[in-house]
Amino acid sequence: MAFCGINQLVTILSQQKSDVSREKGPFVMLNLDPVVLARIQFATNISFHIIFPATTIALGWILFFFKRRFRKTENPLWMDAYFFWTKVFALCFALGVVSGITMPFQFGTNWPGFMNTFGNIAGPLLGYEVLTAFFLEATFLGIMLFGFRRVSPFVHDLATFLVATGTTISSFWILSLDSWMQTPVGFEMIAGKAHAVDWIAILFNPSMPYRMAHMLMASGLTASFLVAGLSAYRYLRGEKGEAVMAALKTGVFLAAVLIPLQVLMGDAHGINTLKYQPQKVAAMEGLWKTQKGAPLVLFAWPDDKARENLYTVEIPKLSSLILTHDLDGEVKGLNEFEGRHPPVAPVFWSFRFMVGLGGLMLLTSWAAAYELIRKKSLSPLVARALVPMAFSGWAATILGWYVTEIGRQPWIVSGVMTTAEAAAEHPPELIGISLGLYLLLYAFLFTAFITTLFYMARKGAAQQA
Amino acid sequence: MEIFSDGTWLPLAFAGLMALALLVYAVLDGYDIGVGLLMLRAKPEERDVMIASIGPFWDANETWLVLAIGLLLVAFPEANGFVLTSLYLPTAFMLFGLCLRGVSFDFRAKAKVNHKAFWDRVFSFGSFLMAFAQGYMLASYTIGFAHGLYAKLFDGAVGLCVAAAYGLIGASWLIMKTEGDLQKKAIHWAKFCLFGTTGAIVLVSVATPLVSPRVYERWLSEPTVYAMALLPIVVAVLIGLTFYILNRLPKAQDRGCWKPFALTVGIFLMCLIGLGYSFYPYIVPDRIKIVDGASAPESLMFILVGALIVLPFMIGYTFFAYKIFHGKTKELAYY
Repeated sequence: MAFCGINQLVTILSQQKSDVSREKGPFVMLNLDPVVLARIQFATNISFHIIFPATTIALGWILFFFKRRFRKTENPLWMDAYFFWTKVFALCFALGVVSGITMPFQFGTNWPGFMNTFGNIAGPLLGYEVLTAFFLEATFLGIMLFGFRRVSPFVHDLATFLVATGTTISSFWILSLDSWMQTPVGFEMIAGKAHAVDWIAILFNPSMPYRMAHMLMASGLTASFLVAGLSAYRYLRGEKGEAVMAALKTGVFLAAVLIPLQVLMGDAHGINTLKYQPQKVAAMEGLWKTQKGAPLVLFAWPDDKARENLYTVEIPKLSSLILTHDLDGEVKGLNEFEGRHPPVAPVFWSFRFMVGLGGLMLLTSWAAAYELIRKKSLSPLVARALVPMAFSGWAATILGWYVTEIGRQPWIVSGVMTTAEAAAEHPPELIGISLGLYLLLYAFLFTAFITTLFYMARKGAAQQA
Repeated sequence: MEIFSDGTWLPLAFAGLMALALLVYAVLDGYDIGVGLLMLRAKPEERDVMIASIGPFWDANETWLVLAIGLLLVAFPEANGFVLTSLYLPTAFMLFGLCLRGVSFDFRAKAKVNHKAFWDRVFSFGSFLMAFAQGYMLASYTIGFAHGLYAKLFDGAVGLCVAAAYGLIGASWLIMKTEGDLQKKAIHWAKFCLFGTTGAIVLVSVATPLVSPRVYERWLSEPTVYAMALLPIVVAVLIGLTFYILNRLPKAQDRGCWKPFALTVGIFLMCLIGLGYSFYPYIVPDRIKIVDGASAPESLMFILVGALIVLPFMIGYTFFAYKIFHGKTKELAYY
């Protein structure tokens, strides 16, 4: 199944060829470009990885909230909720760490051109992430998980707080670097290498505040839907104790509050993108030609070869209204960026699925919040809807990253270096082997993760009964 | 001082920091990888204690690898790209092992009880893969990524040697953190691994000068040969002392249970000094010099200032964590 999908993806992606020389081998028969393979590998690594930090950043703060509620009310239900979700946190954290260590190694093994050219800027940002975040969260995680009976309540609260702080600080550095690759400023090129001129400008580059806010809220939604969904699963199995209800309410209410804010934030992020990366927005909207009063394309089949949309369903002028806040505002089309814009279909579709998931999130979280406030209980229909929504945050986060990262192509650093220029010249077989290993590993780990998650939820129910 | 005026001190400082990070990594993650290697030799209930002894620490231990590779990435991006593209598959296998062991650690405690033995095997396999791949990479790096059957055999042999060294420090850790039968087993394991480690050190010391004329030149040229002759003597004394102490453990009131661990750290330190001496002044043997391969000074300064501010805190809270979990390992409980 998965392999079929990848083959199709490869066919789509390999339409953009690079000029890296190829050696003979089985992958040449499939017409596989090593750069495309390396990109698929990186996308596989990062897609698997992002699930876990997207969960732990906000889950850490939810745990801190449980902890504080306990200290304030002294009601043990908060500690029950804390201990259950600490285990989920520990599992996600471990998966996040091991899948994350893969990433800096990939810069060396597959993308040496990136670090050779931008090492002066990317290096310190990654270095600060290790120094200020990784050691902090890793060390205090040990105390948070296993130190409850060894340290004072205050120190244990502090450990929980510092773990949450560490995950958040970590997101700052890495999102700053990613945003800099999207909207690079504060540097100069000397003899083919980027040199930092203004660190503050680099750290707080134009797209950084928007991406950071959008991602932190995405993490909030991911964690709250996971908490709500898994609690709804326990609720449906007849476990309606105080601890489960407390977690359920926390998840549902947090999601219900965050989702409208996220819609507004997404809009602001889009307008920022329009200013600095108009070609990305044109691909998201499927607008092939610059026009005034641009329509909002609801559905279409973007044809990259013919450079037009097939089977279009659109609302007149709405795109102009959303992006320029004016019915007849001009929106730049892909025709202005021929040869320098991303492949349209993946960006266009990822964006629509992400927005669609956002709509489902709004519907389910508000319905559940309404029932919990009015009836103090959940109807089976809403509870059943919440269970699969436990994973909606992961899907929406991954899709959002596809929009922004595929949308940056063909550049690795916008306007300065292309992704193909940064790639190592490995024979495709070699990348094929490592990619195959990663796919097998991730399929295995993800299955084990989901199975264990639901096993833990059921075990919780059995212990209560 | 010449090096301060001509600006070469920054790259050298970073090379030094990297060596330090590697040493701390080899000691800290070394002991928890070692525990993983030894785990299948123990009874199921003993395995829980072994896991509990590394539980609060392994995550922070592994972070030292990220710091070491991060420093290479930050300070020597060209060397980083060269080394990692040359070691493409070993790196992939090491990361594969790292992923397996990191997660099985968590899964074994949370999955169904009858799956525990399976996760124990995954943990042990992942630990071995990681140790072997690291040794293989170290060997390949040392002999300048040479190809051919003998080079690969050498790489593989060093892979096994590093596994033995990690086994030694893992067993020493267990001697310090456990008691009773498990401690006796750990003493036995430590002796076995010490044989392996000794063989490893002899193999690398003899083979490297034979493979690399530059290393031969560096070690055997006068007058430094007299000073550097001290190093093998110190290593031999440390190894002899470890054997002597292992044969006399355990003692009443568990006196000296920390000595094998301390001595093993000493052996690791001497090996690192030996390696560092062989490589200097290169960051990639015979290819890229430390001073030539470094990032721009303004970038190195930016990260160094931060590092000097953060490091005291880091060391402080690391000591704090070790103090909290000081002493013999009790059962591991979330609450």
